[in-house]
Amino acid sequence: MAYSARLGTERHTFADLKAVMACASPRRSGDELAGLAANSDERRVAARRVLADLPLRTFLDDLLIPYEQDEVTRLIIDSHDAAAFAPVAAMTVGEFRNWLLSYDATPATLRALAPGLTPEMVAAVSKLMRNQDLISVAGKCQVVTAFRSTLGLPGRLASRLQPNHPTDDPAGIAASTLDGLLYGIGDAVIGINPATDSVPACTTLLEMLDAVRQRFDIPTQSCVLTHVTTSLRAMERGAPLDLVFQSVAGSQAANKGFGIDLALLAEAHSAALDLKRGTVGDNVMYFETGQGAALSADAHHDVDQQTMEVRAYAVARAFRPLLVNTVVGFIGPEYLFDAKQIIRAGLEDHFCGKLLGLPMGVDVCYTNHAEADQDDMDVLMNLLTVAGVNFLIAVPGADDVMLNYQSLAFHDIVSLRHQHHRPPAPEFEAWLRRMGMTDADGRVVPLSPSSAPVRRLLEG
Amino acid sequence: MTRSPFSASPSRSSAVVDIDSQRDPFARLRPSTRARIGLGRAGDGLPTDALLDFQLAHARARDAVHAAVDWDTIATGLHQGGWDQTPLRVQSRATNRPDYLRRPDWGRRLDAASVGTALTARDDETPYDLAFVLADGLSATAVMQNGVATLLACRAALSDWRIAPPVFATQARVALGDEVGQSLNARMVAILIGERPGLSVAESLGIYLTWHPLVGRRDSERNCISNIHPDGLSADHAAALLAWLAREGQRLAMTGVDLKPDERALLASPGGSPAVPGPSEHQAQS
Repeated sequence: MAYSARLGTERHTFADLKAVMACASPRRSGDELAGLAANSDERRVAARRVLADLPLRTFLDDLLIPYEQDEVTRLIIDSHDAAAFAPVAAMTVGEFRNWLLSYDATPATLRALAPGLTPEMVAAVSKLMRNQDLISVAGKCQVVTAFRSTLGLPGRLASRLQPNHPTDDPAGIAASTLDGLLYGIGDAVIGINPATDSVPACTTLLEMLDAVRQRFDIPTQSCVLTHVTTSLRAMERGAPLDLVFQSVAGSQAANKGFGIDLALLAEAHSAALDLKRGTVGDNVMYFETGQGAALSADAHHDVDQQTMEVRAYAVARAFRPLLVNTVVGFIGPEYLFDAKQIIRAGLEDHFCGKLLGLPMGVDVCYTNHAEADQDDMDVLMNLLTVAGVNFLIAVPGADDVMLNYQSLAFHDIVSLRHQHHRPPAPEFEAWLRRMGMTDADGRVVPLSPSSAPVRRLLEG
Repeated sequence: MTRSPFSASPSRSSAVVDIDSQRDPFARLRPSTRARIGLGRAGDGLPTDALLDFQLAHARARDAVHAAVDWDTIATGLHQGGWDQTPLRVQSRATNRPDYLRRPDWGRRLDAASVGTALTARDDETPYDLAFVLADGLSATAVMQNGVATLLACRAALSDWRIAPPVFATQARVALGDEVGQSLNARMVAILIGERPGLSVAESLGIYLTWHPLVGRRDSERNCISNIHPDGLSADHAAALLAWLAREGQRLAMTGVDLKPDERALLASPGGSPAVPGPSEHQAQS
């Protein structure tokens, strides 16, 4: 079905709903690469005009990717909660934006609404929002999850400690882990991207991380970000696995490119639940996503990259994850060209994930061939903290020596926590206090080499 | 070099807390990783030395991405190294760096001039065993610093093969080699290409080997040798690995995920990792 809008004397026509969605997106290189972007700024606004007047329920009838062809579409439609949707069922997308910004939309009403929203509705309303809208509505969404620490509580900022090493050397990974702990990083997870995807190598790393955790009695969880099939085999062999990780995307074909489907994720979810390793909660899944993943697998069905990204959140939502994060600037300038596009995408991903009820974190990051630098990451990390992001990722000195890109430094998390008064997860905050790493105000202070925590962690 | 306020540093400032010139609590840990551990703190921020070290590394990486290869210097180097075939120069459909970065699809195809002239002037239709392509990719610095030595070593390791004239490719992605190999009527193509620079290494070269190059080959149909630079895999080791893969690939008439190097081949590489050639996984390049 075609859609059109008249702006002054000019009529803009869009062949179908996919075209409306793609043209309504802010300009970004991935949609241009796919040949889906609007060819003028006016056409972008025309598409938003069309979108603003569309009833939200349009997205339940006019499916962007056919139900018969795609199990992600089937998941979205079959799990849609009509009762939860009822309060907004009569609204257009434009009215929905106004309502989300209104005082009627509270943390409680937004939590109740989440199962009634589909990724396409959420993507659509995000396209009508300015960055500040994305920040302020996301700030009203509270998504709390737990395993050994409780994440997403209001007024807190958690962090993933990412101690990667180019050859998975356990000593090198331990060195980066201990460094991060001295900054109070790691309450969301201590998570390694392994260089090699083998069961023995991953088991070695899981055992090392578990030994560190137990030795210092750290209330957190560890994860080796390996393929879900590797995690399944490691669990079969008795490895101390806390969380199952997987990269996910927004179409069945893109997930096939990752070597997964929904049934495989369900199998791994069930296996991890059976281990019962969590102490304060049983959220056992960790998912990463990123705009451009579906296009790079040629599995985007001519849907714009931001809508495809939000569809990935429907996959994540089905498995009650502890953690979900977009690796927003990692995928490269052919999808997000510069800092403006990366910052916008980071705020969109966080907003859309939160509105769908996901415990969203963000890897605030960029590659060396993107037009971005650490100053831009400073902007995004502060915006996300204001928006109430569940967790951010940090590596030693912002330099990931395995994946060759830049994320945040441990210092940045400390700085955000202090400046915005956002302590870590409560269990982890208590641990920092027990370790003598915080001052009377709860701040993680610089430590002298002869201080007790440094001696205990580095030499103990 | 990453200096630490924990260690004795000539420029350390008294504003940086936790200075103890007598000992660095990370001393025992530093040899195990290149990661920027134990940087110390200036309040909640980075100490000035650590900040500037990072900025220098990022600046070098950016410069490597945006620099241009001086192909005349490369040609002279090959000639002086005893390779006397005249190099062929080609260009992708990306005409400048911003287009190259935005449009990987353009970087995978030759421009019309390259297809029409440089590659078709053949007076002999016997297929080449292998064509080498040296490509800027994402690091001109890698090509300038390691291109000549790696190319000469690779050719020497296959000195009994019928090798096409070397091809120099500008604004090129890995898959551009397919069209070059196809145009030259080569049974195999090896593209040596600048890898996406990291902060610790901005001059790393990768080699992608493809049997029966054709436009549209998938990345899973190639073998990759990466991390070629003086502190990683040496040119000679890379050449030994490439020669093993090329000979096995010719014997089995294939490259890609099913062509796995045996232990003999891996012995040529220090530690076996990260230089282990496998199916191409370098998405940023392809």
